[in-house]
Amino acid sequence: MEIKDIIKPENLVYQKTKMMTDNTLSYCPGCGHGTTHRLVMEVVEELGIVEDTIGIAPVGCSVLAYEFMNVDMTQAAHGRAPAVATGIIRTWPDKIVFTYQGDGDLAAIGTSETIHACNRGENIVIIFVNNGIYGMTGGQMAPTTLPGMKSSTTPYGRDVALMGNPLKITELVAQLPGTYFVTRHAVHSPAHVRKTKKAIKKAFQNVIDKKGTQFIEVVSNCNSGWKMTPVKSNEWMVENMFPFYPLGDMKVDGKIVKDLH
Amino acid sequence: MGELKLMKGNEAVAEAMIREGVDGYFGYPITPQSEVIEYLTTEEPHKRTGMVVLQAESELAAINMLYGAAGTGKKVATSSSSPGISLKQEGISYIAGSELPCVIINVVRGGPGLGTIQPSQADYFQATKGGGHGDYHLYVLAPSSVQEMADFVEDAFEMAFKYRTPVMILSDGVIGQMMEKVELKPQKKRLTDAEVIKKYGSWATVGRVGGRERNIITSLDLDSHKMEAHNIHLQSKYEQMKKEDVRYEELQTEDAEYIIVAYGSSARISQKVIQLARKDGIKLGVLRPITLFPFPEKPIQELAKRVKGFLAVEMSAGQMVEDVKLAVNGKVKVEHYGRNGGIVPTPGEVYEALKQKIIGG
Repeated sequence: MEIKDIIKPENLVYQKTKMMTDNTLSYCPGCGHGTTHRLVMEVVEELGIVEDTIGIAPVGCSVLAYEFMNVDMTQAAHGRAPAVATGIIRTWPDKIVFTYQGDGDLAAIGTSETIHACNRGENIVIIFVNNGIYGMTGGQMAPTTLPGMKSSTTPYGRDVALMGNPLKITELVAQLPGTYFVTRHAVHSPAHVRKTKKAIKKAFQNVIDKKGTQFIEVVSNCNSGWKMTPVKSNEWMVENMFPFYPLGDMKVDGKIVKDLH
Repeated sequence: MGELKLMKGNEAVAEAMIREGVDGYFGYPITPQSEVIEYLTTEEPHKRTGMVVLQAESELAAINMLYGAAGTGKKVATSSSSPGISLKQEGISYIAGSELPCVIINVVRGGPGLGTIQPSQADYFQATKGGGHGDYHLYVLAPSSVQEMADFVEDAFEMAFKYRTPVMILSDGVIGQMMEKVELKPQKKRLTDAEVIKKYGSWATVGRVGGRERNIITSLDLDSHKMEAHNIHLQSKYEQMKKEDVRYEELQTEDAEYIIVAYGSSARISQKVIQLARKDGIKLGVLRPITLFPFPEKPIQELAKRVKGFLAVEMSAGQMVEDVKLAVNGKVKVEHYGRNGGIVPTPGEVYEALKQKIIGG
């Protein structure tokens, strides 16, 4: 059998969503951002909401998300994406607005915007990619860097007495009255990818139904920043990140479903 | 004649926003401009016109809400006072870089730091020279009456959309707090969503309506050649403003031998100085810049050919005086008189300064 006998429409089992552009991703090979981008865009395509969807790109590794996501997008200043999204959803209440943010953006410089948008219950989806590090600027400590974890600004490991504790912001926003669906996922295996996509789809459907703030954390690897191979970084993530950031739903349909302490 | 009301400047600007058909206001309380958001929340413009009013958690959030909404082609505004405007500068730089139309009202108080809640004009540099990072300017209108606080809302939005640029209404605590008679314009209709999409859909992020190519609002370009071209484009807009949209007012300058250059509340005080001086036979006129950027250089250059001297009067240690000096270019004497820290000068002390620094000097 030759290759031309295989490449036929009837043999097609999967193709890239048209909601992703053909631009080459700027992410390091092995990083979870590309998969997470694709899942968000597949959901936009499947729900048929491209004419109403507006995305907000952050500052961080995904600052150029608008180069890859084939929807209208606004690039926000560092940490301000939830405020930018608020301005849009308040003046266009029937649109579908989402932010896509990393941990430095959402949980350090943008903590105030994150908490207040969630507390007001802005009808938006927040996609929060947590890799425990500032990737774009070269691997500095993030608010989510684990105790003892090395980074370029914690070269001997995060000393919580000196640097403070990691912030579990997802557990925090789950307790706010404005959030409707708060959940934590990962994209390192096909099973987890499927679960994450299901959660993203539920979040977008909730926004279509005007249910309030939808908050999805995706715990991700940063093989470059962690200075590991992609495979090793995923193993490290499972062993070290998941015990501190356990996967699963925290709040569903406006009700807390997990002990958050 | 429109509806006449006795209002504070802060209330007039708020009422004018509703009547202008503004879609959204995002603000945060700070003295001496809190009446703007108080008036709006009391008036409930969502019932009158559908206008959205939201009290943000911070000035940072407010300016970024403005950025988001302005990027969708909606007509939006914010207001604050000096320390709050400093906090908004990052967002204002993004708005200028991304070329979005919006209006920012600054009711200036004395600084630096937390300063005072009394009136000042010490934010002239910040307003006219950029304010945030990068090479950009705001189009800056300086009202000198409650009437102009109301009237400049319409003018500000006209310029904001003509140039796709942030416009600042640079007021001060005197104009914001004082009450005067104001004639209000009739209510304008807000654009419908469909009209916004039709008018601004070529650039606004409103969703890929009709399956068009995606729109992107950003101030980022990692390619330096593209970023330089973008900067040149921004500068060309500022040059066009200088050619087409400079505004100023001349008071008794026809026969004047001396000129006071003053804007905002200082211009009101300087009007009185004309009377004091002319009573003594001194031919004094006032040039009042209405736009601070673009600055009225040409009329000052013209006056410099025939007058003996200029006094720049401003409630600061001397900021606008630099632009007056650039325009006069050494032809005649230019001096500054100002008070700081929230002190408003009297016409008498300005007249004394004129005599000492310009006429006698």
